[in-house]
Amino acid sequence: MTTITPTTENEIVEAVQWALAEQAPVEVIGYGSKRDLGRPLQTEHTIALSGYAGVTLYEPDELVLSARAGTPMAELETLVAENGQAFQFEPMDYGPLLGQPAGQGSLGGLLATNLCGPRRLKAGSARDHVLGVRVVSGRGELFKSGGRVVKNVTGYDLSKGMANSWGTLGIATEITFKVLPTPETETTLVIRGLADDEAARAMAIAMGSSGEVAAAAHLPGNVAGRVIDGALNGAASTLLRVEGFAPSVADRAGMLKGLLATAGEVDALPQETSRRLWREVRDVIPFADATERPVWRVSMVPMQAYKLVASLRMGAAVDAFYDWQGGLVWLRMEGDPEAEAVRALIRTYGGGHATLVRAPASVRAALPVFEPQPAPLAALSKRLKQQFDPSGILNPGRMVAGV
Amino acid sequence: MSGLTMPKADEATMSRRSDIVAALRTIVPGEGVVDVTNEMRAFETDGLTAYRQLPLVVVLPQTVQQVSRVLQYCHENNVKVVPRGSGTSLSGGALPLEDAVLLVMSRFNRILEIDYPNRAAVVQPGVTNLGITKAVEHEGFYYAPDPSSQIACSIGGNVAENAGGVHCLKYGLTANNVLGLEMVLITGEVVRLGGKHLDSEGYDLLGLMTGSEGLLAVVTEVSVRILQKPTTARALMIGFPTSEEAGQCVADVIAAGIIPGGMEMMDRPAIHAAEDFVHAGYPLDVEALLIVELDGPVVEVDHLINMVEAIGRRNGATTCVVSQSEEERMAFWAGRKAAFPAVGRISPDYLCMDGTIPRKELPKVLAGMRELSDKYGLRVANVFHAGDGNLHPLILYDANIPEELHKAEDFGADILRLCVKVGGVLTGEHGVGVEKRDLMPEMFNEADLNQQIRVKCAFDDKHLLNPGKVFPQLRRCAELGRMHVHRGQVPFPDIPRF
Repeated sequence: MTTITPTTENEIVEAVQWALAEQAPVEVIGYGSKRDLGRPLQTEHTIALSGYAGVTLYEPDELVLSARAGTPMAELETLVAENGQAFQFEPMDYGPLLGQPAGQGSLGGLLATNLCGPRRLKAGSARDHVLGVRVVSGRGELFKSGGRVVKNVTGYDLSKGMANSWGTLGIATEITFKVLPTPETETTLVIRGLADDEAARAMAIAMGSSGEVAAAAHLPGNVAGRVIDGALNGAASTLLRVEGFAPSVADRAGMLKGLLATAGEVDALPQETSRRLWREVRDVIPFADATERPVWRVSMVPMQAYKLVASLRMGAAVDAFYDWQGGLVWLRMEGDPEAEAVRALIRTYGGGHATLVRAPASVRAALPVFEPQPAPLAALSKRLKQQFDPSGILNPGRMVAGV
Repeated sequence: MSGLTMPKADEATMSRRSDIVAALRTIVPGEGVVDVTNEMRAFETDGLTAYRQLPLVVVLPQTVQQVSRVLQYCHENNVKVVPRGSGTSLSGGALPLEDAVLLVMSRFNRILEIDYPNRAAVVQPGVTNLGITKAVEHEGFYYAPDPSSQIACSIGGNVAENAGGVHCLKYGLTANNVLGLEMVLITGEVVRLGGKHLDSEGYDLLGLMTGSEGLLAVVTEVSVRILQKPTTARALMIGFPTSEEAGQCVADVIAAGIIPGGMEMMDRPAIHAAEDFVHAGYPLDVEALLIVELDGPVVEVDHLINMVEAIGRRNGATTCVVSQSEEERMAFWAGRKAAFPAVGRISPDYLCMDGTIPRKELPKVLAGMRELSDKYGLRVANVFHAGDGNLHPLILYDANIPEELHKAEDFGADILRLCVKVGGVLTGEHGVGVEKRDLMPEMFNEADLNQQIRVKCAFDDKHLLNPGKVFPQLRRCAELGRMHVHRGQVPFPDIPRF
């Protein structure tokens, strides 16, 4: 078991070339904060990017930041916050859910797992904000794609290609992201006591209005007590975040209150509470229970997702809450992950995908962690992998067995 | 055609033409196969009209199954295929090839589903960009990306080119507004990516497809996000004595946390051409004119208009007019939107370039363009998506003067080289196509280009889809697939020691 910790880009190239020459598959990590996500690996060697860190370019006026893959996200978020900016896609932190400390992730890991957060439904995910990459492929070749400007259609967008590739195509060495100003102010409207289906309808009305809602979540009663120190009093809470310039936030919050008056009583949370609440929703704090009970991350059409939860509840003990207007479901199972039942119901209710984000390693090795793909798509994915990493030395089997 | 080399037409394919036509007729009956020269003329060019070429044959399928069978036939028989939507590409992406089937998707023109609660529309690829908005606007919704050809361009073409538009600064490009695709591979296999839900598992093939210029697969269905139309929009027209001051104003607006719905800049030649043409009321004594549009709730727009006005004045604006009515707002835009035809009035021909630069480099690039203008003896007018650094220099020339097109193209290439040199890129929204194909090595080295071509190989290993576009040279997949690393020839043959 060897861990290689390169400190220059050239050493990353050499490390991959060494692995190629040895035909020795390697695990690729930053700090290892997401080792318990995805399919477990069985490689003898590890390439850790923790030694290749640091910001290489940050121009707040140009809204652009480049950094080496091993740069800790905590450091980057502090840096941009000092300039009143943020990664607008609100990347989540899997640490708490996986029983680890928060703030351990790296920039490379963020792109490799395509992180996002509650603002996903308005601002997209990492793939929507990455502008350029430098990558060492599984061939041991360095290539670049994209650039440092927002508008760029020169050649294939391999920066997006690296997003959600879980280190199986190449090792991103340096990544350029767009950063944006932090909203001046925010508030969260809370509607109490809605059932899941009523909440889905209320969120659809809000999202379809001119209220420019920047996050919409629903916490059923048994989950609502587990955020912001129980301040939601354990009543089912439907949450709508409104953010921007103060006069606009006040105006839109007022409009939304009127629009949703028939759904139930609407309260507003102050800014600090609102910020904390959405961080906790983002990081799945309600299920950060220091156990390995299976947790699914399910993406579906918002107006269908609650039906999946209702059906599951009839047959199994399930805890669930919703983000993304109801389209993202976080599901915690009591015992068995019920993979087949979950995935069959997704197909019944309009399609989507489920990722088993938490489960004991033996379960993640035995079950498809990621949504299985139809044959032509799976074959295409495999061909893409072969074009980047023909010897299968980078994170083999991290996403799918044999890829 | 000046200087552009397309792949050598394959004589064997051309000699099989009647067989190919007959085979296509068995797949797409009736008028869906066009092989008469006069009727094929309508398809011989796209938005890059300097280049013309008749295709081998035109096929207009109507069903996914027909697309699949056409592609499967072409794959099995080694026939090249050029996909085409509405044919509005400004970079020659849909330019036919003499030995290729032109696959025209215009009969895929139906809107399949509109789902307001989930804010999605599912449409066929031949539906126009504006057609989506027209279908949902009675409910107060719209489709955000708005390339200037939106009345004609198809959503399938938008996906192929990752189309932008004036509003993409705030609302994103096509890539950020497409939720899912159905596509047919060159083998005829039908693959679905994403859907009305967000994201899909596995590699981001949706991201690779968007902007792939018809080289990877043929899109047969598109799911897009639809948004609620902003309540109101107002615009400011701000004139500056120098482009530096205008550029600083743009930077300050962004730094203040304001993301305008649109932020456009014009230089003196463009201002004058537009004003002479549409009499929009533009000031003629300024070097740079900004049009900044704020959209959203009335309260927000009023608040931001005041902020932007103050920023403009602080940066030395000599004129600053705020639209007081919808008519006035439209008048501000009339000149900008008519900039291309306006330039067409003062010059027999023009070339429209499309580089993107870091915003702060604008003064340097404009100065460089003035020098190049003197060097080539050709005029240039600039319109500029100022918020995102996307330049559209219009190079004025006369095609009737021998060699002037060639000179204009060289001038354009030099401008794009300058964009790359200051940290920018060759194309922001028009695509590489044939127009900028041979400039790709200015931005990418061999390893960069090889890895892009390898993506092509994963989708289309025979290079049958839209060959001759994007890549200056398509290397054979087998050749690119070889590994060059062998035991004993690497720097660290033993135990790693990092």
